[in-house]
Amino acid sequence: MTLLKLEPRREQSRGMMLAAPVIAVGLTLVVGAIVFTLLGHNGLAAIYEIFIRPLFNPYRWQDLLVKAAPLAIIAVGLAIGFRANVWNIGGEGQYILGGLAGTGIALLTLDMSGGWILPVMLVCGILGGMAWAAIPAALKTTLGVNEILSSLMLNYVAIQLLYYLMRGPWKDPMGFNFPQTAMFSADQTLPYAIPGTLIHLGIPIAIAIALTAFGVMTRTITGFQVRVVGLAPKAAAYGGFGAASTVWLALMVGGGLAGLAGILEAAGPFGQMVPQFPTGYGYTAIIVAFLGRLNPLGILAAALVLALTYVGGESAQTTIGLPSAAAGVFQAMMLFFLLATDILVRYRIVSGSPATARTAPASETGTAGSSEAAKPKTVTA
Amino acid sequence: MSLDLLVAILMTVAGAATPLLIAGLGELVVEKSGVLNLGVEGMMLIGAVTGFAVGTTTGLPVLGAVVAMFAAALAAAIFAVLTLTLMANQVATGLALTIFGTGVSALIGAPFVGITTNTLGPIFPDALTSSPLLRLVFGHSPLVYIGLALTFGVAWFLNRSRAGLILRAVGESDSAAHAIGYPVLKVRYLAVLFGGAMAGLAGSYYSLVLTPMWAERLTAGRGWIAIALVVFASWKPGRMLLGAYLFGLVITMELQAKAAGFNMFAPEFLASLPYIATIAVLAIISAAKRGGTNAPACLGKPFRAAT
Repeated sequence: MTLLKLEPRREQSRGMMLAAPVIAVGLTLVVGAIVFTLLGHNGLAAIYEIFIRPLFNPYRWQDLLVKAAPLAIIAVGLAIGFRANVWNIGGEGQYILGGLAGTGIALLTLDMSGGWILPVMLVCGILGGMAWAAIPAALKTTLGVNEILSSLMLNYVAIQLLYYLMRGPWKDPMGFNFPQTAMFSADQTLPYAIPGTLIHLGIPIAIAIALTAFGVMTRTITGFQVRVVGLAPKAAAYGGFGAASTVWLALMVGGGLAGLAGILEAAGPFGQMVPQFPTGYGYTAIIVAFLGRLNPLGILAAALVLALTYVGGESAQTTIGLPSAAAGVFQAMMLFFLLATDILVRYRIVSGSPATARTAPASETGTAGSSEAAKPKTVTA
Repeated sequence: MSLDLLVAILMTVAGAATPLLIAGLGELVVEKSGVLNLGVEGMMLIGAVTGFAVGTTTGLPVLGAVVAMFAAALAAAIFAVLTLTLMANQVATGLALTIFGTGVSALIGAPFVGITTNTLGPIFPDALTSSPLLRLVFGHSPLVYIGLALTFGVAWFLNRSRAGLILRAVGESDSAAHAIGYPVLKVRYLAVLFGGAMAGLAGSYYSLVLTPMWAERLTAGRGWIAIALVVFASWKPGRMLLGAYLFGLVITMELQAKAAGFNMFAPEFLASLPYIATIAVLAIISAAKRGGTNAPACLGKPFRAAT
C-alpha cells in the first residue's frame, strides 16, 4: 500500500483553485532550470533572463502589455467556450482571419481618409474571426463533427490562405516583390493609448473586454447558462435543448474575440499584413485561459505571465543565446504543472490508513477546515 | 501514363500513408482503452527529432527509430500520469502535450537543422527491385511493411486475443471491468505508452525516411489527421488502413501536382487540401453516423476506483 492517498473533498477547494496557478509557475521555474541545465544550457541564467530581468526594465513592461493584450483577448473568448465544454482550439486561425478581414478593408480604403475607417476594420476583424469559427459551429450543430479537430484543421487552412493572399492578390505593388501588403495609412493604424510609449489602444480594449466578460459570466443569465452547461456536460452533449445554441455562442464569442485580437495586432504593432503574422498567440491563449482558471480576471494576470515568456524569451535569445523554442517549452510546462496541481482542488492528499486520514490532511493551504464543514455549498469557480 | 510513373505514384502514396497509419493505429488502441490522447502531434515531433538526432550521430537510422519510440513513449508517460493517476482533463492535457512536443522538439532539433542523414531506406536487395512491379512490392522502407503488419496485429489483438478483450472492456465500461477485477489503470497506462511509441515511430518516418532531415514542426499537423482518421475508421483497424492510404493519395496529389507544374490551383490551396479533406471526411462520417457512433463508451472520462 502507498503511504500517500487521495481523498475526495466534499467541495472544491477555493484556496487551491487560486494557489494552483502560482504553484504551477513556481514548479515551472524550478524544474525548468533543471531541465535546461540537463539539455546543456545555463538553466539558472535562462530562468533569470526570461522571468526576472524583463521585470526590471521599464521598456520591457510596455512590451509585456503589448504582448499580453492579444493573449488576454483570445483567451477570454476561448475560456467561455471551455467553460461550456466547447473545445475551440482554432483561435490561431480565427486570429489570422480577423487580421485578414480587417486588412481587406484597409486595402480597399488606402486612398481614403476619415475616422470611420479604423472602426470598420475592427468590426470586420471580429466578423472575420466569427465567420471562421462558424464553420466548426455549423458542422458541430448540424452533423455532430468534433469541434476540436475541425477548428484545429482550419488553423492550417488559414495559414495557407494568408500565404496565398500575401504572395498573390494582396501583395504591395510598390513593395519590391516582398510578399506583404502596403503599410496601413494613419487612419488605418491603431492610435496609442499613451503617446510616446508602445501602449496602443488594444491594451485598454483587452482590459475592458476582460471586465465585461467577468460581469457577463457572473451577473447575467447567459453567463449562468454557460457555466451550468459546463458543469453538467452530459446535458450539453446529449440533452438536446440549449446545446446547439451554447456551441454557437461559445464559438461566436471565441471567434469574434480572436478576430478582434488579430486586427488589433495587424493595425497596431504590425501596421500591415505579413506572412509572419501568426505568432502562435492562438495556441498560447489556450494556456492563458487555463492558467487564468477560465476566469476573465485571472486571464488578465495569466496573460502577463505568458507574455513574459515571449518578451523574456526574445531577450534571452540575444543575451545568452537560448533558442527561441525555449519559451514554448516553459509555456507547456506551466500547463502540465497546472493540470497536475489541479487534482488538489478536488482531492486532498492524506497519509497513512483511512482511519487517521481525517485528522491528518497533508500539504494544505488553510482551506481544509472550511471544506470539512458539512454545510452544502454551490461549487464556485 | 507509363508503368514507371504509376508505380512511382503508388509508392509515394504508401510512403505518405505509412506514418498516418502507424500513428493512427496507436491512437486507435489508446482510444479503445477509453483514453483520448490529443498529443499525437507532439509525440510525433518528439519521435521525429530524437530519431533524427540519434540517426545522424550514430549513423544508424534503425537505432534512431527505436529511440524515437522510447522518447515518444516517455512523453506519453507524462500524459498518462496526469490523466490517469492525477485525473487531469484529457483534452487539456493532450493539447499541453502537443504544445510541449512542439517546443521540446524545436529545442532539441536546433543543432540539427539543415543537415541530412542516412535514411531508413529499402531493405530488400537491389536485384528484387529491378522491374517497376517488383519495386512496388519490395522497394519500400521497412516502416511501410511494419505499418501493414501492425494493422493485422492490432486487428488480431483487439478482436481475437484475451488481452484485447480486456482492453475493450476497460474502454467500454471501466467500472464493470474494475468490478470483475481487471486493472483498469494498468491497462490504460500500457495502451497510452503503446500509442506514444507508435506516434514516435511514425514521427521518425518523417525525419528518417520521407524528408530526410529535421525542421521545426516537421509533421505539419499530420498527428491531428491521424486522430481524425480514428474517427473515420470507426475505431476499426481495417478501416484505418483504408483511411490512411486514402489520405496518402490526397497528400500525393498535392506533391504530384506541384511536381508536374500544375497551375490550375494555387500551391497554397493544394497544401491545405489534406486539412480540408479531413474536415470533409469528418463531416461525411458524422452525417452517416448521426444518432450513434462506434466510439468506446468511456472515451475521455477519468476513472477512479471506488475503494
